Amino acid sequence: MNKATIKLLALDTSTEACSVALQVGTDILTLDEVCPQQHSKRVLPMVQQLLSQAGISLNQLDGIVFGRGPGSFTGVRIGVGVTQGLAFGADVPVYGVSTLAAMAQAAKRLHSATQVVAAIDARMAEVYIGSFVLQNGLMQPGSSEVAIKPQDISGFDLSGKVHAVGTGWQTYADVLLQKQPAIIAGDILYPSAQDMLTLAQPALAAGQFIAAELAEPVYVRDDVTWQKLPGRDTRPT
Amino acid sequence: MRVLGIETSCDETGIAVYDDKLGLLSHVLYSQIPLHADYGGVVPELASRDHIRKTIPLIKQALLEANCAATDIDGVAYTAGPGLAGALLVGAAIGRSLAMAWGKPALAVHHMEGHLLAPMLEANPPQFPFLALLVSGGHTQLVAVEGIGRYELLGESIDDAAGEAFDKTAKLMGLDYPGGPLLAKLAVQGDSKKYKFPRPMTDRPGLDFSFSGLKTSAANVIAKEGNSTQVQADIAASFQQAVVDTLVIKCERALLQTGYKRLVIAGGVSANTSLREQLAQLLKRHGGEVFYPRKEFCTDNGAMIALAGYYRLAAGQQQDLTIGVTPRWPMQDLPAV
Repeated sequence: MNKATIKLLALDTSTEACSVALQVGTDILTLDEVCPQQHSKRVLPMVQQLLSQAGISLNQLDGIVFGRGPGSFTGVRIGVGVTQGLAFGADVPVYGVSTLAAMAQAAKRLHSATQVVAAIDARMAEVYIGSFVLQNGLMQPGSSEVAIKPQDISGFDLSGKVHAVGTGWQTYADVLLQKQPAIIAGDILYPSAQDMLTLAQPALAAGQFIAAELAEPVYVRDDVTWQKLPGRDTRPT
Repeated sequence: MRVLGIETSCDETGIAVYDDKLGLLSHVLYSQIPLHADYGGVVPELASRDHIRKTIPLIKQALLEANCAATDIDGVAYTAGPGLAGALLVGAAIGRSLAMAWGKPALAVHHMEGHLLAPMLEANPPQFPFLALLVSGGHTQLVAVEGIGRYELLGESIDDAAGEAFDKTAKLMGLDYPGGPLLAKLAVQGDSKKYKFPRPMTDRPGLDFSFSGLKTSAANVIAKEGNSTQVQADIAASFQQAVVDTLVIKCERALLQTGYKRLVIAGGVSANTSLREQLAQLLKRHGGEVFYPRKEFCTDNGAMIALAGYYRLAAGQQQDLTIGVTPRWPMQDLPAV
């Protein structure tokens, strides 16, 4: 695919931030708002604003990139639902990017970071956490993403300077720093759609975007146990 | 005008295509009942997780069955409330965004207006004005309907909905979830006069309902009489008769109060055969007529949402780019058409 003509929309509503970015060739337009509980009201007007600014329509896109989580369950689903609706309607493919990876990529963009531990406050005294290592300009996972109590993390297998991003480091700095020394990048609290655009480029080039209905949230916290009736199988659903 | 309807307010994903000239072109439904059965009730987070997987595949199926291309659709209607917030948001996010991508208007539909208008999908639709009894697992309401969006709430349940009382009593009897329909089935074999259940709030004026006390009465009978099959059937029949009597008494009062001769019953409990029969007798006595949707449209479905959306879209109403959901939404707040 000719980079000069790529048209890609990215959106994320997984955290307190609502973020939309539009790539038209080498130009990137971005809109980032912190608007807890207001994503459902803001996301489509923000998409419309960027499309109008660039003078393109949805069906001219090569694809839509979405924040696949982890984050607020409802927030992640708003982003996935919007992506499914827009992409199915415009008949364009989609690609999901980790919210943790997007914040790691922001640390590369803003602080030239090469190693990052990203953590999102997951409520219930837990964090969603994962480590990332820079390879060929893109942040790649150095661990799997988990939901865990901050005191239960073991240090990540990282050598050298580690950057720390996300709300998890704001809420649990002391506990996390004991296990994983890091420089807290206080300017990166939430994922930004522009970094999702960056992370999606190889998948677009490799034709790895998927059909709209296959867009799925990654909740990470899948083992939430709801109380079943007595005698029913207690495996998590 | 051709409208795509999307329903995800609780535990059913329903999609339909309605055409104002040709009628209902397709409707598809995916029920999550087996998913929630092990929990004895709907688990909201699991419901939302399932809706997001099912909605687009069902939209594709509904368009295919309607032999309809995306460009044939003139508007998208989705349930925006009342219901479970997370579940509503899935259908609303998809529906609103889809309309934007198609460049077509969208409409946020009130779920109970969908139920109320569902009989309009039948061959013999009621004329306005009429009295509506909305009875489901979440609602028990008596509404005076003068036209679309012209609703006066005459009475409603101050605690449990009628369907909820059915389900809770069935649960006490050890019936599987959702027990209401099973209880009604069991009632056929029972003696409805065997046990004396109260007819709550019928001894005083007014059109409000209260059903929470009935399950306590049922629990007492079960504790005293045991739970043999015949006892179960007798409790089921006696309980059902108490609910039906209560609904019939209040409907009669509402008919006299409004002077209306047409009664619409809608919502999950309107599928109950005994309720249908006894309300039909009531209307016959009053020289009127009772209307209800076919049984598959008594419970949640996309067809009624497409239809309600059609009426409002045709009148020029539409939703802006905000994906609004309103989990608690009084039907009287709706604008008139």
